[in-house]
Amino acid sequence: MIQKIVTSALIAGFGAGLLSALLQFAFVQPILLHAEQFEGGELTHFGALGSSMSDAQHWVFDPGRDLLTIAFSTLIYAGYALMLLAAMVAAEERGHDLTPRAGLVWGVAGFVAVLLAPAFGLAPELPGMAAADVGARQIWWFATVAATGVGLWLVAFGRNWMMWGIAIILLAAPHIIGAPLPDVLTGPAPPELGAEFASRVLGTGLVVWAVLGMIAATLWQNAPDEG
Amino acid sequence: MNTQTQAIAKPTTKLATLIAVAFAGLMMITVAGHVQAAALHDAAHDVRHATGFPCH
Repeated sequence: MIQKIVTSALIAGFGAGLLSALLQFAFVQPILLHAEQFEGGELTHFGALGSSMSDAQHWVFDPGRDLLTIAFSTLIYAGYALMLLAAMVAAEERGHDLTPRAGLVWGVAGFVAVLLAPAFGLAPELPGMAAADVGARQIWWFATVAATGVGLWLVAFGRNWMMWGIAIILLAAPHIIGAPLPDVLTGPAPPELGAEFASRVLGTGLVVWAVLGMIAATLWQNAPDEG
Repeated sequence: MNTQTQAIAKPTTKLATLIAVAFAGLMMITVAGHVQAAALHDAAHDVRHATGFPCH
């Protein structure tokens, strides 16, 4: 089983990572590069005249930088794929069919757990944004992902109101406690860029996770059993 | 006796396998997405921003 699950997950994760890098280059990287001009001080925004959209960046392939993006993107989604498929197979073991359609639902749930729920407290960070201590944010991020993941599992597979009650508490608790936020807001980039960036990260993430879930389920279903 | 042992052992082995696989994935996410060592941070910088990880 371990060979089948690892192979299926790594192929699905590699494919999803490539898709993620592609979507990043098309939709996210131009905003990131634009924001870095504000972060580095080449552009300033908060004067009387604001800043011109003509300074917006077009993404041009930068091998040194973008090959690393492709490498880390595939690595991250391979890691996510291992975790996602392990959970999917655990559910299958309990009698829930793992069709590609179910994989789509799994992928969207994964998106909610690792991207949407953390982003509800810690919006995807435009370079230069003020933020609280990175260690505190990471702890909150991990705790939120874990609580949301378990919460969604209980929503899907819980059988009574006590389990659903626990699910609601787990899903809500990170946001009632609240993410660590900065004391002083010093972001140098226009809010228009920050808002667009956050939306793009969530939108591209949803597409990648949906595809990841479907590919993982399809590969798992079609992989030969090791016996 | 033999059959009984298998019936008990199999789900446990499967669960252990699934936990091991998930843990391997978690380690990959931690290294690629969270470890703050300068070289790793710089290399993964754009992806961390673009996939919603806490960065810097």
